[in-house]
Amino acid sequence: MNAQPAVSRYRGPSALGDDLRRFVNLTVILAVTDFKLRFFGSALGYFWTLIRPLLLFGVLYFVFTEVVRFGDDVKNYPVYLLAAIMLFGFFAETTSRGVNSLVERENLLRKVRFPRMVIPLSVTLNALFNLGLNLIVVLVFVLASGIEPRWAWLEMFPLIALLVVLATGVTMLLSALYVRYRDIQPIWEVALQMLFYASPVIYVTSALPDSIEQEAMASPLTAVLTQMRHALIDPGAPTAAEAIGGSARLLIPLAVVIAVFALGVWVFMREAPRIAENL
Amino acid sequence: MSKAFRLPHQHYSTLKERALHPFDSRSYDVLQAVDDLSFEVKTGEFFGIVGRNGSGKSTLLKCLAGIYGIDAGRIEINGRLSPFIELGVGFNPDLTARDNVVINAIMLGLSRREARRRFDEIIEFAELEEFVDLKLKNYSSGMSVRLGFSVAVQVDADVLLVDEVLAVGDAAFQRKCFDQFTRMRSEGRTILLVTHDMSTVERFCDRAMLLERGSMLSIGPPDEVSQLYNEVNFGRLDDADTAGAEPGQTVRIGRVWCEDTHGARLETAGHGQTCRACMELEFRRPVAFPVFTMTFRNDMRHTIFRATSMPHPAPGEFRAGDRATVRFSFQNLLAPSHYTLTPGVGEWDDGYRLLEQRDDVASLIVESDLQSGGVADLPTELEIVRS
Repeated sequence: MNAQPAVSRYRGPSALGDDLRRFVNLTVILAVTDFKLRFFGSALGYFWTLIRPLLLFGVLYFVFTEVVRFGDDVKNYPVYLLAAIMLFGFFAETTSRGVNSLVERENLLRKVRFPRMVIPLSVTLNALFNLGLNLIVVLVFVLASGIEPRWAWLEMFPLIALLVVLATGVTMLLSALYVRYRDIQPIWEVALQMLFYASPVIYVTSALPDSIEQEAMASPLTAVLTQMRHALIDPGAPTAAEAIGGSARLLIPLAVVIAVFALGVWVFMREAPRIAENL
Repeated sequence: MSKAFRLPHQHYSTLKERALHPFDSRSYDVLQAVDDLSFEVKTGEFFGIVGRNGSGKSTLLKCLAGIYGIDAGRIEINGRLSPFIELGVGFNPDLTARDNVVINAIMLGLSRREARRRFDEIIEFAELEEFVDLKLKNYSSGMSVRLGFSVAVQVDADVLLVDEVLAVGDAAFQRKCFDQFTRMRSEGRTILLVTHDMSTVERFCDRAMLLERGSMLSIGPPDEVSQLYNEVNFGRLDDADTAGAEPGQTVRIGRVWCEDTHGARLETAGHGQTCRACMELEFRRPVAFPVFTMTFRNDMRHTIFRATSMPHPAPGEFRAGDRATVRFSFQNLLAPSHYTLTPGVGEWDDGYRLLEQRDDVASLIVESDLQSGGVADLPTELEIVRS
């Protein structure tokens, strides 16, 4: 025992806890465990987490280059499509798995004291591992299609960081609400589908009618994907600032990201002490 | 501190239902699971919390552990508190014991490096060296409990919260668990134990608390608390008629234990060994013809064997204030199991009348190499005639 044990007073569980080291350890171990389970649980492991986006890519590629011939006007359309699928897939995976993350971990929440925020964060981290692996595949495609490596590729890191903040905010918000309202899940499934078509995954932002292009850029997903096209695929494509009409206007999608994240944190902190008993 | 749960009459958990019944959903019952409870546990104490099902003891433990928030009052803890209340929480059946141990240890507050460093110790304590790389779903329930306990004792917390852990595991491992608790207590750690098992409370606890409907019924020495517990449960557990006698008024049963023929205390007995089941008594009013009994129940709570003083010479009259120690010697022919001892004192007066009985206050573990499957292993002689 310590010579002078600290007296602690508390009234219940919290979202963040008071031990940062344990917070980080827990988040990492939960994410790594989930990752391992998906990796080693089946014969082909990681192959299956890759086959879904690749299959989607294959179908869309066929439709838009062979049937509709939409991709002909877009330089390196297949690579853009693949990269966009992976990035949007990260957002979709994080949030849709995040919705019921608290409910799935009921056993832990009811039996162990630990900072509640660990659970949504571990979901994001897990999806981030997948994204990392998927981006290696994207990189292979990028190089194979003859795109020259450029320093601008490094812009991918802040772009992914924005996506992580957005996805984490949504996950915190939805997982906390799902404990009380179980129809959050089907609602979010529909919302994700709408977001898929509302974001420039199968099309590019510059293909939008000029009248709605600037409004569409208010969505952080659209802004991130637009800038990704410029930075990674085609230096000739418009930057996010050009698409929205001025660098200052980029504060709008940024504000959306911050607002969603703040709302998520606020709701989660408010719900955290009661999560275990409401499950 | 207090803790209430809102129990909705009908749980509306979808938006549609909430929209259709906007006002109905506001009606709920309030269940006061823990009601204005206040108590203090000293450093280094082994503290028992007992009570019937639904008396609020598990809720209390969860509040103490910081899993449920409390409505009123405050909790103060001196030192580090163990963050779990159950063994093997978060064990994943699809991972090997090796992975699970590391994950569990981190969950309980160790760092990755510490978890790896103590790994061998944990596995050795659980006696599972051969099965380290076996997936947990292939473990028996006893094995995973052993693993869970082994990780849990590695957690260096000053205050441990334990919910009914001792009801599992085989006799040998239970004894190991008890040894660990004794060691922890000698290191000055504080242990709070929730249990139904009065013999555990009496053997290990320094003090105990009895809860009933979220309130404290009594707090104090374990033997008094367990006596009260049995009184609270009297109607349900007791099979004999106690009408006319206030429990504890006529005679008080003190310590109850088993010993060998040299008077050394027995926790475990081998087959065939001569044992003595003992109880200490204090008479509060005169009893002309007392009858002493000692009932052995096995872990299925079947009565296996009841020693009684009836066939023996009459013990003579006891006056108020007389104290006595009663010893039943017997040759242990019981099958290997975990037995509990229930002492009883009755009076013979134109018929038998039970004065005092305390259920399951002591225990005896019987070990034997022979697992016959019966409840007793009587000596046999074998004759085989070939024809």
